[in-house]
Amino acid sequence: MDILTFITAPLIISLLSGSLALIIVVVDSLVNNYPDFTIDINNGRKKLTTKGGSSLLVTLSSQGIFIPSACGGKASCGACKVKIESDVGAILPTELPYLSEEEKKDNIRLACQIKLKKDIKLLIPQDLLYVRQFDATVESITELTYDIKQIRLKLLSPDSIDFKAGQYVQLIVPPYGQIPEKTQRAYSMSSTPSDNHHVELLVRFVPGGLLTTYVHKFMRVNEKVVFTGPFGDFFLRDTKADMICVAGGSGMAPIKSIVYDMYEKKIFDRSIWYFFGAKSTRDLFYLDELKELGQLMPSFHFIPALSNPDHSDNWNGETGLITNILDKYLKSVISNSSQKEAYLCGSPGMIDATVKVLNANGLVSEKIYYDKFA
Amino acid sequence: MRPDVTPLILFIASIFTSNILLSNFLGMCSFISVSKDFKSSNGLGLAVTLTLTVTTALNWLVYKYLIIPLGLEYLTYIVFIIVIAAVVQVLEMLIERFSSNLYMALGIFLPLITVNCAIFGVALFMQLRNYDFIQSVFFGAGSGLGWWLAIVTLAAIRKKVDAAPVPPALKGPGITLITIGFMAMAFIGFSGMISVQ
Repeated sequence: MDILTFITAPLIISLLSGSLALIIVVVDSLVNNYPDFTIDINNGRKKLTTKGGSSLLVTLSSQGIFIPSACGGKASCGACKVKIESDVGAILPTELPYLSEEEKKDNIRLACQIKLKKDIKLLIPQDLLYVRQFDATVESITELTYDIKQIRLKLLSPDSIDFKAGQYVQLIVPPYGQIPEKTQRAYSMSSTPSDNHHVELLVRFVPGGLLTTYVHKFMRVNEKVVFTGPFGDFFLRDTKADMICVAGGSGMAPIKSIVYDMYEKKIFDRSIWYFFGAKSTRDLFYLDELKELGQLMPSFHFIPALSNPDHSDNWNGETGLITNILDKYLKSVISNSSQKEAYLCGSPGMIDATVKVLNANGLVSEKIYYDKFA
Repeated sequence: MRPDVTPLILFIASIFTSNILLSNFLGMCSFISVSKDFKSSNGLGLAVTLTLTVTTALNWLVYKYLIIPLGLEYLTYIVFIIVIAAVVQVLEMLIERFSSNLYMALGIFLPLITVNCAIFGVALFMQLRNYDFIQSVFFGAGSGLGWWLAIVTLAAIRKKVDAAPVPPALKGPGITLITIGFMAMAFIGFSGMISVQ
């Protein structure tokens, strides 16, 4: 055995692997060279002709249509569901864990797992056609409480956004620290649609949360960020019903947007009851602003409640769990005779508890709208 | 020295009398886990047969025209594995493009075949036993068919066993391993009939 052996072995292996890799690349470019296909969205509302070969999710986003996806196409979040109306083959094993029996029957599929190999017809919520990707800069970061920050983004391109108060965007942050990939999470916009060159988001710090850690520890003023939106069907329904709003912490974002939007549009004929739950005074924010709004807009009633106030808080407002306060107001303060709708935003536990209280007080579930976030 | 077995006999032998699975116990992991379901077993059997035929032929060429002339016998294992991995990749792309139905049937099993030891085992046997090219191709295809036969047989038996009153402690892997033992005995019973080396 001479020294040459030690050099030839890695060399031969590299050459062999290299040539095999080359063969794979060549075969890939020859075989995966698909012609153009037509994508028909929502029965001809939009028609795209584009090159096949990639997943539906990637193809659509390259054409400016953004299906919500948290994992970016790895079949690990199950968010990118679309209804397929043409034949694309059987459901793949990778999709199975995310589809209910009903969805399987309806031919709901994960857009990230379907490869574009023929013409395809699909149905998506109409609003997704208006979803765009925005480049923005961080204009300011405001500390609202010890764990909630408000970030205000100035839009660069496109430089304005058209959305309904209450909708959300997907904020995308770059790889940072130990996190090797882009992360995206949904945040409701707390700004009003009239301020269409800006977007404000409320981000509560979650220990270990990938995006919240970035926003709280790494994000700097003037840095560039990317988001897609607007998404969601949590917005004001066009009725005359009175509104019961319940949201604590950063869940205030969509409610604030809706209420200020109503003020700007001079919608004063609907009573709004906003129950804002917090633990102690250090969790409260926007108190003065909302109280002031209550004076400018007599139809708006702001009821902050603390579940666990400190003695030093000098709190003279409502005390107790927000669901108990809500129950009390529904029984004794809020008029029984009027039509009511409820708008809730918060954790799944809080939403479920609140829905129970509302149901018990005669609000049917169809009139309760909510944004659940974990 | 090349063994004196006609390719056709070798082909038959590697299906029945020297079944790669039941006489050499190679490729057991997917054999046991996938045989739960008859349809998947069939798909995997087909994929293994395809891959085995192609990789055995390719590995023979690589061994004869690359490894031996360059005196690289000590790299045989690594080279075989790389070739198998590459073949599976190419095969997957071709099948996906040209036969959607087959691609759907094979599903997730095709990429998993890269690490199926039956494939690697057959390549090594072919080299150890000094088969020539034609013999190797028939040996590869036969071994694949043998593996396919074994897995669908086991899948069918397991379907029967599911409905049988198996003692609770033996349910699942226990009874499966016993079943495989019986199957192996049946196959090995013929092993003296044809000499493969």
